[in-house]
Amino acid sequence: MITITEFIQKLEEEFDDIEQNSLTPSTNYRSIENWGSMHALIIIALVDTEFDVSLSGADLKNTQTIQDLYDLVVSKK
Amino acid sequence: MRKACIKNITVFTPEKVLTNNDLGEEFDIEPDRIFKDTGIRNRFVSAKEELASDIAVSTGEKFFVENPDIKRSQFDVLIYTTSALDYVGPATAVLIHERLGLSKNCLAVDLPMGCAGFTHALTVAKALIENGTATDILLITSDMPTKVLHSKDYHLRSIFSDAGAATHISTSGKFEIGKLAFGTDGSGAPNLIVNGSGARNPIDQDWLDLYKDEGGLLIGRMEMNGIEILKFSLREVPDLFKTVLIENNLQKSDIDLFIFHHASEVILKFLAKKLEISSHKVFSCLENYGNTVSASIPIALSEAIKSNVIPANSCIFIAGFGIGYAWSGTILKTTEL
Repeated sequence: MITITEFIQKLEEEFDDIEQNSLTPSTNYRSIENWGSMHALIIIALVDTEFDVSLSGADLKNTQTIQDLYDLVVSKK
Repeated sequence: MRKACIKNITVFTPEKVLTNNDLGEEFDIEPDRIFKDTGIRNRFVSAKEELASDIAVSTGEKFFVENPDIKRSQFDVLIYTTSALDYVGPATAVLIHERLGLSKNCLAVDLPMGCAGFTHALTVAKALIENGTATDILLITSDMPTKVLHSKDYHLRSIFSDAGAATHISTSGKFEIGKLAFGTDGSGAPNLIVNGSGARNPIDQDWLDLYKDEGGLLIGRMEMNGIEILKFSLREVPDLFKTVLIENNLQKSDIDLFIFHHASEVILKFLAKKLEISSHKVFSCLENYGNTVSASIPIALSEAIKSNVIPANSCIFIAGFGIGYAWSGTILKTTEL
């Protein structure tokens, strides 16, 4: 399982608009500029392809920060 | 043994184009943002009176103009694939058959499927050719998703597009159709559905009142759970790919090009990641066509031929998947181009 730092790097790679090293574990990912449903799809697709973990829409609703998201993925792994 | 091959493909698109400038103005979103989010610049929108069957007839007529040596009378079978039939009865294929002036001895059948429609129809066409029932099959795939979208559904309107494709399948041609694999999972039906479109839950006065400002949405409203469709695609298409490889006695490294149904940019991108294939091997014309439902794979094949990205003696994996859930796929081996 990758570390949260690596997880953040992968998120930054997938989101075109985000500058590298701009996200931290405490970042509320919904506050990312231009956040929209496309970003939610990218997170679910990234977690599916990288970790083979299936997240639901409700899972996303119950998380706020990138740390929450990472912890959720770890718990489902 | 007789081979089933794709000979020619003709593509038809309605005149009206919905650009990112148009959408951006309507929804107050930067056009560049729309392109970044969807990977799409243009979608085609059928005229008010132009139904999927009209697109099918226009596509068929264009096919005969582009292929003057092919006679209308030579077709044994017309398969019409769509999710937008004219009537519960008669079959829309029969009406298209009449308007195209095909032979009275030609079988005309509907295959009402959505995004897996083209590859599902290939399973039927291949069987009919190989068992000697038919020699020339005209497969027309056309859809009009824009007619079942609510005008405020930005996400669906930014993806879906109307178009048609006519594919001639016979005993020789550009692409030999390999063994097909397929699957069905009706538990996914609620995740992509056109409500108010048939005998189950038909429209009523409440519906008409609710959608008064939308012209009543008289033939239904498409509703999609994008997250579930994404998860379904990433779950089933990789397994489909493995099965198709086994059925055709091929290795992953034998595949030169991948043409997936053009569901959305996110799905195309992450299918490539999940299958661990270079994105360069995935052909897409999503940018210029959007998601044209059952027509997307033949349109992409036609564009790939035009773009000269198909090497001689190559293997192309094609996969249709979506509403149902339904999915199917095969290998197309190039013979002549």
